[in-house]
Amino acid sequence: MSTNDSVIQDVSKEASWINVAGLHKIYNTRTGGKTHALSDINFSVKRGEFISIVGPSGCGKTTLLNILAGLISKTEGSAKISGSEVTKPLSEIGMVFQAPTLLPWRTILENVMVPIEVQKKDPAKGLEKAKELLELAGLNGFEDKYPNELSGGMQQRAGICRALVHSPSVLLMDEPFGALDAMTREYMNLELLRIWKESNQTIALVTHSITEAVFLSDRVIVMSPRPGRIAEIIEIDLPRPRTLEMMSSDAAGVFVRKIRHYFNAANVIE
Amino acid sequence: MKKLSEKPEIYLVPLVFVVFVAVWEFLIKFLEVNKVILPPPSAIGSSMVTQFQSAFFWSNVRVTTQEALIGFAAATIFAIIAGTFISQIKIVEKVALPYLVGFQAIPKVALAPLFIIWFGFGMTSKVVMAATIAFFPILINIIEGLKSADEEQIRMLRVFGATKFQIFRKVQVPNAMPFFFAGLDVGLLLAILGAVVGEFLGSQVGLGSMVLTLQYNFDTAGMFAILLVLSLMGILAHSIIKAFQRKFAFWGENDHIVGT
Repeated sequence: MSTNDSVIQDVSKEASWINVAGLHKIYNTRTGGKTHALSDINFSVKRGEFISIVGPSGCGKTTLLNILAGLISKTEGSAKISGSEVTKPLSEIGMVFQAPTLLPWRTILENVMVPIEVQKKDPAKGLEKAKELLELAGLNGFEDKYPNELSGGMQQRAGICRALVHSPSVLLMDEPFGALDAMTREYMNLELLRIWKESNQTIALVTHSITEAVFLSDRVIVMSPRPGRIAEIIEIDLPRPRTLEMMSSDAAGVFVRKIRHYFNAANVIE
Repeated sequence: MKKLSEKPEIYLVPLVFVVFVAVWEFLIKFLEVNKVILPPPSAIGSSMVTQFQSAFFWSNVRVTTQEALIGFAAATIFAIIAGTFISQIKIVEKVALPYLVGFQAIPKVALAPLFIIWFGFGMTSKVVMAATIAFFPILINIIEGLKSADEEQIRMLRVFGATKFQIFRKVQVPNAMPFFFAGLDVGLLLAILGAVVGEFLGSQVGLGSMVLTLQYNFDTAGMFAILLVLSLMGILAHSIIKAFQRKFAFWGENDHIVGT
């Protein structure tokens, strides 16, 4: 695990916003056995950094995200966000889910307002922020529509607005674009980078797509399965702002091949 | 505007009615059926016209409606309270469930004589009958609705720091609304049934007792007229519930609604 250790040393304590050290997660299975979902996970993320977590199915990447979200407990080790240990969901966090997960009985604006209501924040300020985000996501004019009146891509953009409305410092994304077609997905990636540039969150994205991870991230955490471990953390030093053309460059190809190598080693065809 | 040929039911439904009534009328005349056995539609129609002009008839409509509505309201309130506890507290569900299954197995109509003994021949016994029979479908739909909330929606609310009560109010309750209205729809019809059954067993007033009086007088056409009125009340009840449902549970899909 020399690569992981060097990463931790590279990032000074003050600058790291998400800090995961010696993290283990062991599930008790129904039959009385144990599943080692995560094993000795170490990494840290700087404030404003965009990292992706990739790996074949069963490598525990969603488990890792759920621990950071405060939804499930860890078995051992520590997971800190802005210095405090995550034991329950923090208002510091916004999350985007696999499905848009909008409430069908609420309008788009009312959906975006959910975190404001739940956390009992100033509704006037929240409303202002919600409208600003919807505008930023290109959803102005759709505030009073119901979710089923919007396309999948638009719904997911509303989901991103909801994740950002309470101004969290960390945005966790759990395969947010997996359900979208390839064209919409590329477009959403560009949109995400644009929104990120404006709001400057620290983002941790779980994805199945290697190219998506390379395109979006400052660093990509590659995980391997059974038990879920970090295989390597790869720094993506492609210049920003990123463009779709950049993805066909040799530099990007090198990163994609390097990551794919781990997937092939795990005998998983992506 | 859609062409008539695209929605043939618009004229087919009344047409079937007209043909049915005409054939009925004709067959009664042609086969010379005794009108005590089966009256012709014309006799039922004229009986209805007579009833509609009588104050006695309308007072009976009012009594039955009142019994059904009070019973229905009581059933709804109890179902909401019981449904909330059963769906939210595991131990309550586990203890209550076998009793509920047992209760459901009782043919509720058979309780009517008992209610007459307990609550007398007045309105109370009918209200209790209506409430008893309407309670179950409402309760089952409330439980099902509250428990079938989407796990991802609950996870979403938890991530944003929602308390158990906030999850109940913001996800589980709205999610239960389409189920709730489906339960109310069935429940209201059953409440009318309960009130009429109660009246059959012992009452001087109400549409149920009117049916019995007409039976003693061999006024079969009159009985048919009352049955028609009861059906119309049912259709009206159904449309009112549906109108509320369209307003307050417009997102609902009806696939998973639990019936009676």
